[in-house]
Amino acid sequence: MPTIPLPRHGTARAWRDAARRLAAVGIPPEDILWQHGDHAPDLFADAPAAPPPDAAPLTVPRAFVTLADTVCWHADPQRFARLYTLLWRLRATPGLIADGGDPEVTALRRMEKAVRRDMHKMKAFVRFREIGDPDGPRRRFAAWFEPTHHATEPVAPFFARRFGDMDWIIATPHCTARFEDGTLRITDGQPRPNLSDDATEALWTTYFRSIFNPARLKIRAMTSEMPKKYWKNLPEAAAIPDLVAGAPARAREMQAAAPTAPPARAARLQTTRQPDPPAPDRPDTLAGLSHALDACTRCPLHASATRAVPGEGPADAPLMIVGEQPGDREDLEGRPFTGPAGRLFDRIAGAAGLDRSTAYVTNAVKHFKFQARGKRRIHQRPDAGEVQACRWWLEHERALLRPKLIVAMGATAAAALTGTGRDITARRGTLEQTADGTPVLLTVHPSYLLRCPEDQHPTEEARFRADLETARAQLAHLGA
Amino acid sequence: MAPMSLDKKLAILSDAAKYDASCASSGTTRRSSRDGAGLGSTEGSGVCHAYAPDGRCISLLKILMTNFCIYDCAYCVNRVSSNVPRARFSVDEVVRLTLEFYRRNYIEGLFLSSGIIRSPDATMADMARIARELRVTHGFRGYIHLKTIPDAAPELIEEAGLHADRLSINVELPTDSSVRTYAPEKDPGRIRRAMADVRLAKEASTERSHTGRRPPRFAPAGQSTQMIVGADGATDATILGNATNLYSAYHLKRVYYSAFSPIPDATAKLPLIRPPLAREHRLYQADWLLRFYGFGLDEITAARPDGNLDLELDPKLAWALAHRGHFPLDVNRAGRAELLRVPGFGTRTVKRILSTRRHRSLRYDDLLRMGAAMARARAFVTALDWTPRALTDSADLRARFAPPPEQLSLF
Repeated sequence: MPTIPLPRHGTARAWRDAARRLAAVGIPPEDILWQHGDHAPDLFADAPAAPPPDAAPLTVPRAFVTLADTVCWHADPQRFARLYTLLWRLRATPGLIADGGDPEVTALRRMEKAVRRDMHKMKAFVRFREIGDPDGPRRRFAAWFEPTHHATEPVAPFFARRFGDMDWIIATPHCTARFEDGTLRITDGQPRPNLSDDATEALWTTYFRSIFNPARLKIRAMTSEMPKKYWKNLPEAAAIPDLVAGAPARAREMQAAAPTAPPARAARLQTTRQPDPPAPDRPDTLAGLSHALDACTRCPLHASATRAVPGEGPADAPLMIVGEQPGDREDLEGRPFTGPAGRLFDRIAGAAGLDRSTAYVTNAVKHFKFQARGKRRIHQRPDAGEVQACRWWLEHERALLRPKLIVAMGATAAAALTGTGRDITARRGTLEQTADGTPVLLTVHPSYLLRCPEDQHPTEEARFRADLETARAQLAHLGA
Repeated sequence: MAPMSLDKKLAILSDAAKYDASCASSGTTRRSSRDGAGLGSTEGSGVCHAYAPDGRCISLLKILMTNFCIYDCAYCVNRVSSNVPRARFSVDEVVRLTLEFYRRNYIEGLFLSSGIIRSPDATMADMARIARELRVTHGFRGYIHLKTIPDAAPELIEEAGLHADRLSINVELPTDSSVRTYAPEKDPGRIRRAMADVRLAKEASTERSHTGRRPPRFAPAGQSTQMIVGADGATDATILGNATNLYSAYHLKRVYYSAFSPIPDATAKLPLIRPPLAREHRLYQADWLLRFYGFGLDEITAARPDGNLDLELDPKLAWALAHRGHFPLDVNRAGRAELLRVPGFGTRTVKRILSTRRHRSLRYDDLLRMGAAMARARAFVTALDWTPRALTDSADLRARFAPPPEQLSLF
């Protein structure tokens, strides 16, 4: 029976090489005895010969390689044999590795998980102490740690990536990782070294004590993630019994304490701070209006939107363009017509000879109405009540601006300006009037162009452009 | 007055910071100091370096720059009207503490917050300076989380985002009206606008310019926020509704729910209660169902007329008990979306079921080995050798899961 010795360092690599050779020459699992660590050198004599050159290359699922590379660091002496047994079975049924219900695969997966957890806990719970001169060119630290499995070697590169500008040693019973001048070496284990005290540990313990909230004592949650076996090498763990014992009394004290009078400083600060002046009820400029709009709570939409989006444009613009409501982009930026529909509008308006910067652009409803779905906000059409509530602002904008012509885009804008949003497809391109007689040209909302089937894009775009050209002609006719 | 010792300052300013639940250090870009030119690394998932007896992980050095504050938020230990001891770190002290803790492997990085002193801009500028010192002067490559001050100038937040991995702004309370009541100086609209600015800045940082050059990364681990639960009268439906809006509007990585917890020197405006830890836990479960299990907000919150989650049962189990017509599901045939709705099946279990099912049919023991919590799942599934028979529809099914009607006192 071949006895396969595996070295203490580089175990995973050595197992993989040996297993590949053994499987290639067809040695079944029951004929192999695996050994780890201290061994007589002559045992190497039993190592299998190189496979015959005509042997088919051994292929195993990649997932098995990852599994084996981790499980090799487990403390269970049977791990090498179990891995080899699975390797043997995988030759016939490669799909086995994905079988979450196979008892042997599950057992190895559990071992893999145990090693990963051990590695993770080692990343978490190693505590360095400074052993060199803090002002030296390269600082030196050392730690003693006792992993449950053989985690030190697979974890060492993590520490090398993390603490690249200092020298460090992590000593454990099985092996020692050393990082000096950028070179990582794994050497034999050693007994616990005597590390001198490090003053920073006291600060760290202070932090640990202070960050703890005595009103939320959850000891099980702590010990399940930080089991007691690690406590002896954690400087902060010494504070735990005391914190736990004192917690209920501290929590009771906080509740029992009567409220105290505020310190003198509070009154002084409160009087020096000036609250923002309240916005006037009926602002008399467009700028004042957008400030007042900020505080609007006339309908429930203000609660979920980022902000009210005011109109934008010259205060003497002859043309007022009214859309439906801000979209996702407009809501974030606080400016109207900056999203996809706004960009489309700009392009077509430009082609129709309308310069957006000379017009006053606004929306019938000033807050974004949406339904949250995952990471997206899905636009929702505002209802009649919301349009009605927001008309107050639209009317106010109109009164301040006194436009010669209004372009109403979409049913919501039509409803806000003419009283009805019905049959917009039949009414588009025609002139109507607001209640006070301002001419309103009706058309569709540019987002309609984004939504319609692709083959209708050119037709729809041409119709929209024609409507805007009508608006331009009308504006010229009105002498603007 | 003698200058306060560093130890004393640390005690005050970490005590003042502990009511912020977030301690995540995951999800940022990969960085390493293997080249020897700096200190620190980040790689995908963060590490929790210690656990306090409150069960919370300690991953970052979570401190306030100062706990002096000109605001008077009723729920906050640092409000201007509180008599807690006050302290202030210098920039250098924060930098030194972070680096020395990091070198000893105590932490993954820094989570810096602050009371508002002088003005929001001055406070934010100091915080951005600390981040810059760490990154630029000391080559620190660990994790930095900065709490941003909503009223600070956008340029300062911009600079903070260039050095920090994560930015966060707390919405504090679930509704605008509670914010106005309990945090009179805070403006909920401004908080939302600040979150919108962070999202826009983050999106702009991923767009290449016309020369093909990539702009500097902005807060690669995204933004998060926190809501205090149980201080005002908001229902769970309101809380989760607000969270859903925030996730969709500002692409938050996390919304933290923090059970309102007793604080030293509380105000008479907000009487102290036992922290509603069970409720906090249920909210997190519901949050996960909304984000990773395909549940809709209405499905989770409609179960009870008062709009609150069932404290006795987890929200998925509560939903399943109310929708028994969907069950039992055949684990050998049901689709992913359906399997995710089975109580006791997590996303990993479902993944294992789907991958194993390609090779063979599953039995009860397979499900156990895959990590399914069969004590809950058994009533809702069938497998090759398992059927729940009348269990799914039995009248006492709820009673089998609900705890006996008695609660232990936390105090």
